[in-house]
Amino acid sequence: MGTFQIDFGEQRRSKIVGIDLGTTNSLAAYMDLTGPRIVEDPEGRKIVPSIVSVLEDGKLVAGEPARELLLTDPERTVYSVKRLMGRGVSDVEEERKLFPFRIADDSGSAIKLKLGNRTLTPPEISAAVLRRLKDNAEGALGAPVTEVVITVPAYFNDAQRQATKDAGRLAGLDVLRLVNEPTAASLAYGLDKRKQGIIAVYDFGGGTFDISILRLHDGIFEVLATNGDTHLGGDDIDNLLLRIALEDVRSEWGVDLAHDPEGVQRLRRAVIRAKEELSFVPETLIRLEYKAKSYERAIDRNLFDRLIAPVIERTLVSCRACLTDAKLTPEQIDEVVLVGGSTRIPLVRTAVERLFQAKPHTELNPDEVVALGAAVQAGILAGDVEDQLLLDVTPLSLGIETMGGVVSKLIHRNSTIPASATETFTTAVDGQRNVLIHVLQGERELAKDCRSLARFDLKDIQPVPAGFARIEVRFLIDANGILNVTARDARTGAEQTVEVKPSYGLSEDQVEAMIRESLDHAEEDMRERQVREAQVEADNILSATEKAQKSAAWIALAPEDQAAIEESKRELQAAYHSNDHYLLNQKIEALNKATTKLAETMMNTAVRGALRGTKIE
Amino acid sequence: MSTFPKEYYAFFGLDRKLSINEADLQTRFYRLSREWHPDRFSRKGAEAQLQALDATAVLNDGYRTLRDPVRRAEYLLTEEGFPVAEQRSKDVPPELLEEVFELNMMLEELKGGDESARPQLESAKENFLKLRRDVDNELTGLFSKYDASDAQSETAKQALHEIRAVLNRRRYIENLLRDVDRSLNPPAANAANLEERL
Repeated sequence: MGTFQIDFGEQRRSKIVGIDLGTTNSLAAYMDLTGPRIVEDPEGRKIVPSIVSVLEDGKLVAGEPARELLLTDPERTVYSVKRLMGRGVSDVEEERKLFPFRIADDSGSAIKLKLGNRTLTPPEISAAVLRRLKDNAEGALGAPVTEVVITVPAYFNDAQRQATKDAGRLAGLDVLRLVNEPTAASLAYGLDKRKQGIIAVYDFGGGTFDISILRLHDGIFEVLATNGDTHLGGDDIDNLLLRIALEDVRSEWGVDLAHDPEGVQRLRRAVIRAKEELSFVPETLIRLEYKAKSYERAIDRNLFDRLIAPVIERTLVSCRACLTDAKLTPEQIDEVVLVGGSTRIPLVRTAVERLFQAKPHTELNPDEVVALGAAVQAGILAGDVEDQLLLDVTPLSLGIETMGGVVSKLIHRNSTIPASATETFTTAVDGQRNVLIHVLQGERELAKDCRSLARFDLKDIQPVPAGFARIEVRFLIDANGILNVTARDARTGAEQTVEVKPSYGLSEDQVEAMIRESLDHAEEDMRERQVREAQVEADNILSATEKAQKSAAWIALAPEDQAAIEESKRELQAAYHSNDHYLLNQKIEALNKATTKLAETMMNTAVRGALRGTKIE
Repeated sequence: MSTFPKEYYAFFGLDRKLSINEADLQTRFYRLSREWHPDRFSRKGAEAQLQALDATAVLNDGYRTLRDPVRRAEYLLTEEGFPVAEQRSKDVPPELLEEVFELNMMLEELKGGDESARPQLESAKENFLKLRRDVDNELTGLFSKYDASDAQSETAKQALHEIRAVLNRRRYIENLLRDVDRSLNPPAANAANLEERL
């Protein structure tokens, strides 16, 4: 109805949404007047499982429906794909032993997975999860969402970050910023802006571990050091339990469930349930009923603790290294924040408390805190949050390969980003036209032990005698932790062409091609979107009308006007699930007209003021 | 659109002195970060964003350089036309010749499996740490000498020469310390310890 439409207009200013794209679960959040708020789907669920399934017709579904398909259709369903982001086939050997990834034979530098009749890269799969979150956010906000902030593990390297950004683009999103998960969590805690102090964020999620140490100073969140392991998480604990359970089943049933995708998924669910229960009770059962057989095993916290102690020790090794890098001792940490579902485990809490000698903060739900922080960062970018500012660091040193395969470091780890370094290159042969620069990330001294990021080809160099060319190359790590390389001829000042050949992940051309391909489906997607938008609009006007019907203005309305409104309401409700946005919009318009008089009456009463302040959801 | 200086001292609004008040530097860093950080420009145009990125990179690089006395001195030397890298760090400073000779013998012994060299190495390490402290004290003195003189004066130039020599010696000591540390705790052994603890 007219009056309300005006108020919606103000609310509909497009929002930047914060997204936690997790290994196991993903969430979206946005800033409203009261602070960050998690997006709920139409059924009121906040968590979108990071699971994607390919349907018979080749379409992708993500989230809860895919979670169900993981049991019935494991061959066409994939989870924990974050573990594969920005990685090559050769460095996921370990992953393949533990996860049922079906890697396509034609995987080049970027991994491809076979799912049903499709071959998909990890960014394409993550894009399906992002699309789901985008849909949920649009539903919740009643407006299109195009700009997002996505969180990544602090210890993600350049290729992993690039892959995450690619996923965003493939989902039709403009990724304004990648934020490190532990840093985002510290923003969510907000920790009073006048507060000074040193805080440690221990972030133990489904598949990654991060530790970040920050200095808080008048709203500035300055990261001093970060450390972690991008392949260490709750998944690893599940796998430890799973290994035991598989062994039990093998000896009790004489069946190796490891070769039965459905069986192994059911058993995985059973061990995850047991793991989660052990955070609250001292003893529980791993229980599986499958194909008319049953398996049961008691497990107590004592056994569980011994089993997972090595995993937790690995996180503590990272914590100590991080303290050393920050030049701090454990006593200097004022506060500790726990993030990630795995920090619910009592042994994790005890270990962290013992190391930092501080009682950890657990007020915010560890599953939600990263998404909430992403929303705060989105608010900072939108200019809504003005007093806070994040100064993050690059987790890994950046260097170039020099003679003998030795790495020369240009930007050291834990440097505040954006950070840059300039290096001058020359030619070794008369008339040489190209110089190839191999860029790596890591702390080791030999190129073969570091992570190859890309080869940059400086092309079309002016032919001059050997050693005369002077090409100035600027390596710049931006606020997302992603490397940008530019070059110029120092003698002529001319910009130099740089061709990037990423070692892992997708080239710019590949991403473009994928986006074009997705545009082919754009028409049907567009129709679906229009229907959904109309439904959101319908929801708004229906709820506004219902509210108005409880007001004094309604009683004052003539009976025939009341009847007309009731009739228009019924028609709109009938059209709601028609999948025809033209019809829907027509009925919305009709109800809008029918309620004009009601709106006017309300305008003319004091009720108007009250309504203005009412948020309609 | 405002512009920003590429020279670190100018960006921070500081005189080109070698002694710096760290707390003041930090305050300036936070203030300039609020002004220039790309987060403040995400809703401005592409050009403004690019400039914010460039400026913040200079700001962060500058802060990293200026807050560390050694890097600060190296930076100022280079800016004043005394590039530090020119004097080869491989050339052993004469006053360290004897120590380096002994150290190399110990390193060889340890490499050859002679564990008795270990305690000797430990004490060599202590010695180098002390040498580094001496060098740092010497630097502090030279910093004051430079800061007290007119930047164009002969005294200032003389101070920079001396600083360069001291910095080279310091770098040499740093390298020795790194070698000692590596021999005492080889990376492979670290990994093995870790495995054991797990």
